[in-house]
Amino acid sequence: MALDAEVAAGAARRGAAPRVARKSHFRMQVWATWLVLALLLAWGCRALQLDFGYVAQKLPFLLGLRLGPDGFIQGAVLTLFVTAVSMVCALGIAMITAAGRLSDNPVAFALATFYASLFRGTPLLVQVLIIYLALPQVGVVLGGLTSGLIALSLNYGAYLAETIRSGMMAIPLGQREAAMALSLPRWLIIWKVTGPQALRLIIPPAGALFVSMLKDSALVSILGLWELNFLAQSYARASFRYMEMLLAAALIYWALSIVFEIVQFRLERRFGRGVAVAARR
Amino acid sequence: MADLVSIDRINKWHGSLHALRDVSLAVAPHERLVICGPSGSGKSTLLRCINGLETYDSGEVIVDGTRLTNDSRTALGVRREVGMVFQSFNLFPHMTVLENCVLAPIWVRNTPRLEAEELARSYLDRVHVGAQAGKYPGQLSGGEQQRVAIARALCMAPKIMLFDEPTSALDPEMINEVLDIIVGLADTGMTMVCVTHEMAFARRVADRIVFMDRGEIIEQGPPAEIFDAPRTDRLKAFLSSILKDLR
Repeated sequence: MALDAEVAAGAARRGAAPRVARKSHFRMQVWATWLVLALLLAWGCRALQLDFGYVAQKLPFLLGLRLGPDGFIQGAVLTLFVTAVSMVCALGIAMITAAGRLSDNPVAFALATFYASLFRGTPLLVQVLIIYLALPQVGVVLGGLTSGLIALSLNYGAYLAETIRSGMMAIPLGQREAAMALSLPRWLIIWKVTGPQALRLIIPPAGALFVSMLKDSALVSILGLWELNFLAQSYARASFRYMEMLLAAALIYWALSIVFEIVQFRLERRFGRGVAVAARR
Repeated sequence: MADLVSIDRINKWHGSLHALRDVSLAVAPHERLVICGPSGSGKSTLLRCINGLETYDSGEVIVDGTRLTNDSRTALGVRREVGMVFQSFNLFPHMTVLENCVLAPIWVRNTPRLEAEELARSYLDRVHVGAQAGKYPGQLSGGEQQRVAIARALCMAPKIMLFDEPTSALDPEMINEVLDIIVGLADTGMTMVCVTHEMAFARRVADRIVFMDRGEIIEQGPPAEIFDAPRTDRLKAFLSSILKDLR
């Protein structure tokens, strides 16, 4: 009883209740504003007098609900596939590169910085074309899908490596020393102590990179892959319904990006646990 | 009995700075050693040489029969037996208090989780933070965090405990709650080496006080000798500078 009163008094002192109310009020206004903006956008689209029947007819193909004529996945499903595979490969490349960047070994450091500089310093489009069109000249012939995956992985791996490196460097040295003093081996320190703390810092910029990658995957349409952007353009060209098809593609990209952002938000919360409770104190 | 720590004429340079000059020191089992001296005198560097957090350029450090070399494997072996408490606590902020305490016992000592948790809870109770086991370090006060850090080190059942200015980052009202725990630990016969500026604590707990200045051990002896009959001018100057407030 006395304890309850104390807790309640403490909560009132810290202004806990008004803060919760303020937070939900803020959230409601955000949603309301989003709704207004979405309605404005929809109204604008209506004013364009679009042919929604045609969009509805092509939507299953754009979304990739049906297989392409070659029996392979197409549309948004192919876009997601390219993004997901490139994401995993880029992550692997980035971790190795970041390790090289943080290494005392001059050769490892040089390899990592050289790679990162080269792939960050040249346009993705040029990289895609070199891998797909120029490599056959020296006898290396890669398919469109393979070329696209390699280019996206190498390009984004270079950016992601810097993100990972900066996250690892932001962890105070004392964390590593405390873990070392407990006799934890090097790999375990990264796995259990510094890595998870760095992830909290890495996730937001990495999430932004993956959203960006999702959209840059449209570049592989020039390799003849029937992904979302390619399909939208072909249908548009065939029917002169450019506005319909491109807007539909844009909306699908947007929806996918929002899903990525939600996943990123969840992960951020998951790895921010200790920090979030500390802030609430 | 053989010395638990034996340091033989070690030297260390930080660039052009001679951080440790021919320092020799032995710590016997159950001995409670306090290292004091002005800042930059090499006390922390010396302490960190005992568990290999700091390397040295010449000389020899033998801990519990193992000679510490630059090979990281020897350091891993030594660190299993040497607990350390840092000035800035260095708890892992993404883990709960209990997780902080069981991490090393589970992964390094292969203690089953339940057993490790039981042990951790008993140590957390001993440092009076048992009720906070499920909280994150960020939710605790500085004094509580430092007591958790002590419990975390004790969970590895170390043969020797190192304290690197354990109360220097604490608000004044929390210093005693941490010192009391260290005194209690000293009473159990734990071997310990403590770098501190808390002279009243040093006098109370230390078997021997080592005074360092500019990378050298200037004077050492039991607290009564060091405080009441300092022989060197440097120690006299140091004592008068820190005890000024007390007079």
